Amino acid sequence: MASVASIDRAELMNPASVSDRLKKKQFRHVKERAIEAVLFLAASLSVFTTVAIVYILVKESVVFFSQVSILDFLTDTQWTPLFDDAHFGIMVLLSGTLTSSAVALAVAIPLGTIIAIYLSEFAPFKLREAAKPFLELLGGVPTIVYGYFALVFITPLLQKIYPGLPGFNLLSAGLVMGVMIIPYVSSLSEDAMRAVPMSLREGSYAMGATRLQTALKVVMPAATSGIASAYILGISRAVGETMILAVAAGMQPKLTFNPLEPGATITSYIVQVALGDLPHGSIGYQTIFAAGLTLMLLTLMFNILGHILRKKFREVY
Amino acid sequence: MTPIEPQLHSKAEVTNLNFFYGGFQALKGVNMPVYEKKVTALIGPSGCGKSTLLRCFNRMHDLYPGNRYEGGIRLHPDNTDLLSPAVDPIEVRMRISMVFQKPNPFPKSVYENVAYGLRVRGERNRAVIDEKVEQALRGAALWDEVKDRLKDLGANLSGGQQQRLCIARALATEPEIILFDEPTSALDPIATASIEELVSELKERVTILIVTHNMQQAARVSDYTAYMYLGELIEFGVTDQIFIKPQKKQTEDYITGRFG
Amino acid sequence: MAPHDIQAIRDLIARHKRWDILFGLLGLVSLMVGVLTFVALFVDMAVQGLPRLSPEFFTNFPSRRPEAAGILSAWVGTTLVMIVTAAAAVPLGIAAGLYLEEYAPKNWVTDVIEINVTNLAGVPSIVYGLLALGLFVYQFGFGQSILSAGLTLALLILPVVIVATRESIRSIPQMVREGSYACGATTWQTVRDHILPYSSAGILTGVIIGMARAIGETAPIITIGALTFIAFLPSAPFTGDPPAGLFDWLFAPFTVMPIQMFNWTSRPEAAFQANAAAAGFVLVLMTLAMNGMAIWLRYRLRRNIKW
Repeated sequence: MASVASIDRAELMNPASVSDRLKKKQFRHVKERAIEAVLFLAASLSVFTTVAIVYILVKESVVFFSQVSILDFLTDTQWTPLFDDAHFGIMVLLSGTLTSSAVALAVAIPLGTIIAIYLSEFAPFKLREAAKPFLELLGGVPTIVYGYFALVFITPLLQKIYPGLPGFNLLSAGLVMGVMIIPYVSSLSEDAMRAVPMSLREGSYAMGATRLQTALKVVMPAATSGIASAYILGISRAVGETMILAVAAGMQPKLTFNPLEPGATITSYIVQVALGDLPHGSIGYQTIFAAGLTLMLLTLMFNILGHILRKKFREVY
Repeated sequence: MTPIEPQLHSKAEVTNLNFFYGGFQALKGVNMPVYEKKVTALIGPSGCGKSTLLRCFNRMHDLYPGNRYEGGIRLHPDNTDLLSPAVDPIEVRMRISMVFQKPNPFPKSVYENVAYGLRVRGERNRAVIDEKVEQALRGAALWDEVKDRLKDLGANLSGGQQQRLCIARALATEPEIILFDEPTSALDPIATASIEELVSELKERVTILIVTHNMQQAARVSDYTAYMYLGELIEFGVTDQIFIKPQKKQTEDYITGRFG
Repeated sequence: MAPHDIQAIRDLIARHKRWDILFGLLGLVSLMVGVLTFVALFVDMAVQGLPRLSPEFFTNFPSRRPEAAGILSAWVGTTLVMIVTAAAAVPLGIAAGLYLEEYAPKNWVTDVIEINVTNLAGVPSIVYGLLALGLFVYQFGFGQSILSAGLTLALLILPVVIVATRESIRSIPQMVREGSYACGATTWQTVRDHILPYSSAGILTGVIIGMARAIGETAPIITIGALTFIAFLPSAPFTGDPPAGLFDWLFAPFTVMPIQMFNWTSRPEAAFQANAAAAGFVLVLMTLAMNGMAIWLRYRLRRNIKW
């Protein structure tokens, strides 16, 4: 940019140079707009991705649902897409998903919440600083490794307690999944609790409350919105988990709510088909898209629930 | 120095109090009486230690690491030293309540805000809580305004009402002393006037210690005033006397506005 | 207060404090569950896998004989896929984050974009696999290739990069921007000369965390059809006869580390389980190293910034 001092008045008034400078300004303006447009396109990629997911899932599922009625899909109690007498009851896969998720959440939600309260209200500073990165690491271990761990370490351990436990079972997978989800629940919950202003805590302590009373009666209610988000995130994570179940729960679709049995989930079924060599376009193959669509709807339902809960418990401080 | 009135009882005594924030000494050798059922005001410029002194009374400093007390605050009639490590801060806070500068109602209903102190003490009897909540709200001159709105969120009240809610909360547990930490600095003039009126009424029931940066407020509301500067108690006396004929030049300089 | 009142208060406090102590213990125990699990996992991997770790393990192809099997094709595949992922996700994620923080007006279009970013962060990874299968593999015709895998993982970690970029940019105080604008700079000049340099460390942290996640992802890659038994490497450009093109490797069949581990885990022979443990150990070390680097970067960042 030319320094102001070097522009003399004659230059300023000279019509030719004015239009030069105006063109430069126009060019800068056009360049700015162009850059903004490029950045905008990058940002709107997220919208395209969502649209693409919906489009692909629906388009491929349409092929499936042209041959299988929705009613059958929802109510059949068998899932045997490859048999001659094929059945397509999504309930079978859903039962696996729900059972394993229930086990996982039974671990993750209580432990995650307790850890969050402990780190936020009880733990000394050094402990909290050490625990946070550690929990991040816990959540960063590849799920295939967790799956291996569930199969090779946890299942034999459980078999010592309950000798009749099959080598593949939903319990093992669910427990390991639960530990994996703890960081998701605890991290968000803790952030929500730490965001509660100190003045509220002082008000509670000034009334003679103990740490636990303050944590349970004042801090947690104030952080309800964030804690609800944390729980919803945990649920979504559990429902969408694939590899731990593919490795440790066996991939036998079976309508069961008993965690002591093997089972297939929506996610592990998709992996099973992808590993095989069913031709694209065959009914067996298209089932994965119908299953995927069901999974998306389930996740969407939880997202909406989370949104409603957050609105209802909006922080009031 | 201090003309003794008939039937003047000492509720608490600060003896040789030193207070340290880490390495920094915020209170230096403070000696001060607190008389029962009277309003004692702590005044002084910013940083003089008045809030620090106030927060010693209910061991608020214990919530943060690195703080240290030396000396004592004796509470009568049982002569307990509030600052002694042998005395649990929670016990102190159950006998001495606090109202803060910025109203801090809990994210709960009006009723539950006032009932909180009772619940923390293990009170479960619904009838007892109902009665005490009403008493407290009446004592805070808030009952008529909220009696139909007890289930409303405390945070939905106006600023002045929220502060009176916090006062009701402090009253509900029948404390021996109520500490007010600049209770009106976040409020508009009308709300301020109503709080000041309330403080004057409350002293019939409970001993009050109030920190204020507003000298006129201290003159209006208190019976005794303590002037502090840079961590030391410069002068203590009957309010009228402090404001009309202070004994120390430092006090006089502050009162007459030679510095802020 | 009469003495017996004070005693009653002291008893009450003692009772309540017992709960405090109990909860403190409970908190520690809960943390221990996480610690123990991690330690058990790590030690188990190490004990079973370390014996198999040798230079040959890294330079051998997988084989039907477990003792001769190695992860060459797997780690090369992972590296190549990561290159594609980074090349796609980093510029796109930073650009999107920049737009949302510095350019986007407050209107419904921006809201829609933001809702989508939040939403996509919660989509299960296998759904990304299905998307890639339908879109990249078939619709666009990229086939079951490194390109498809890289793009899939890029979409998967895009929300991570975007969020990290946004948070990093948000921590720059407004007065820095105002100072720049006051000097006559345009928005882009402010971004290029101030916003990007000052937020680069935070963005880098987010990118590393995203890549660490991508390395461990198995399900989407299986879904698009990565093969589990690959005994060759994609042809490097200009090698072979006839010479491979510059971009041929993008379209080659491939495998990645997590899939190799999955393959070995699925074989019942104990020797293959040992291979799986070894591969898993390498994977865990890689993700630990990357996460550790990101955490350290974040710590360094916090210390150096003096706004």
